[in-house]
Amino acid sequence: MMTRLNRRSVILLALATMMALLPLVFPSSYYFRVASLVWVSALAAIGLNILMGKAGQVSLGHAGFFGIGAYAVAIGPAHLGVNALAAVGIGALLSGLLAFLVGRPILRLKGHYLAIATLGLGVLIAMVITTESRWTGGPDGMPVAKLVLFGWRVSGSDTWYWITAGLLLIGTWIALNLDDTPTGRAFRALHDSETAARVAGVAVNRFKLQAFVIAAVYASVAGSALAMMNGFVNPDQAGFLHSVELVTMVVLGGLGSIVGSIVGAAVLVVLPQVLTVFQEYEHFMLGLLIIVSMIFMRDGMVPMLARLITRGRR
Amino acid sequence: MSVLEVSDIGISFGGVKAIDGVGFAVEPGEIFSIIGPNGAGKTTLFNVISGMYTASHGRVLLAGEDVTGLPPDVLAARGLSRTFQNLQIFHRMTAAENVMVGRHLQENCSLLADLLRLPSVNRQNRATRAAALALLDQVGLRDCADIPAGALSYGASKRLEIARALAAEPRVLLLDEPAAGCNSVETEDIDRLIGRVADRGIAVVLVEHDMKLVMKISHRILVLEQGRMLVEGSPQQVRDNPLVLEAYLGHHGAREAARA
Repeated sequence: MMTRLNRRSVILLALATMMALLPLVFPSSYYFRVASLVWVSALAAIGLNILMGKAGQVSLGHAGFFGIGAYAVAIGPAHLGVNALAAVGIGALLSGLLAFLVGRPILRLKGHYLAIATLGLGVLIAMVITTESRWTGGPDGMPVAKLVLFGWRVSGSDTWYWITAGLLLIGTWIALNLDDTPTGRAFRALHDSETAARVAGVAVNRFKLQAFVIAAVYASVAGSALAMMNGFVNPDQAGFLHSVELVTMVVLGGLGSIVGSIVGAAVLVVLPQVLTVFQEYEHFMLGLLIIVSMIFMRDGMVPMLARLITRGRR
Repeated sequence: MSVLEVSDIGISFGGVKAIDGVGFAVEPGEIFSIIGPNGAGKTTLFNVISGMYTASHGRVLLAGEDVTGLPPDVLAARGLSRTFQNLQIFHRMTAAENVMVGRHLQENCSLLADLLRLPSVNRQNRATRAAALALLDQVGLRDCADIPAGALSYGASKRLEIARALAAEPRVLLLDEPAAGCNSVETEDIDRLIGRVADRGIAVVLVEHDMKLVMKISHRILVLEQGRMLVEGSPQQVRDNPLVLEAYLGHHGAREAARA
């Protein structure tokens, strides 16, 4: 019990220290921006990991919720006169509500069938965003008003670095909290054997729905943060490719490993920037790296490294 | 009053009657065994009673209340636990965590409290873990508490399932072949364990192929053959019944056995 508690604090402390120290080595504001992108992506990935890695349910449409969060902070202030911060809350609420309503029927599906159903949901959200151009600006996207907090106009990539870092810390804290609780155990139990979980009295459908709603809210908040940081949204953020990217972050980092999701997000955000030196081979290299790491690190990078370290210690 | 009462259960799969007109009643603290040749419908009967299958007809009463057709998690809350013939453990969780999941219904489970890890959650966690460790101790797995359940031996996994089922504090415990694949020492452990469980007033319904075990610990035995009830009675009555021998060995085999 004590070791668990320590592990949680150690991870949070290490993450916070890294966040605090990184800016010391950043030569330009461009680095702040890339790091903020990592924090935002990691936040969405951690939420998805609670659904996929803990509760064992796949979602191939998760960018849809990301898009809802992003467009909430774009549409809310522009069309409805809603305060930006309130729009973040409204976006999260809408995402959670949609996940709740759609999740009830589709989470009864398993494996490939659930994958297709969630994919359909994501495509649907992206389609609505693209076609309702009067509200959303259509395929071209729309600008997002600057966030104003108590009269202070939030801008600059270093400011957003700290905001997104703070959000990720909170998201990580909540995800780590969940692990060793009745809810967290119910998630992991239904992942391993739905039958046995049911017989133990776990209301399987309720917990799947909870995981789905949690994941949707994480994605929505991440989407809102990115939209405000960029000052712009476009439908790609809700699109299928972005959903696949989120799933890749989770699987590459390690299903069920919260730290893994941060590492996975870092790899998928930073690598394309580094690989630009290969010019037109960039996407080829990225794809190849993912394939190779999946072959040699099937459990994901962080669980694999953790195993190597514990083995070395023995 | 019987804690479990099953009457006139029937279920068909694609026109084949897997179970037909089976009924029995079990008292608290009783060990009631169901035996029969392979394919007699023992596990199917368990699946109907525990809510995994829906019966085409018949009723299941738990402590006098009609629970026919209720889902497994609701039945668990009403006091019915079971284990599985093919292991159903949470193999990525530790042995202790497996049993802690078994305590799910005894725990307060609030999503918000869990997300924020309120002090009450930690307090409850400690209590749940203590209860789980005590149960692991009872089944002789205290030393394995913190290793992943997937790394346990077959016999140990079987006992882990029993500990998890007991964690729910059931009134009725269905055990589906708890001794299958166990060596004689492990079987003796399970034998003693079942005895202790029944002594606490829990009704144990047992499906088992190890006849030595069944004959030794059962108070009553029900013999199924091709989905129908063949004989019900004490171990002595069942052993002496020529119909039972015939069901297991066939007509010719029974004659041979009688001569031997």
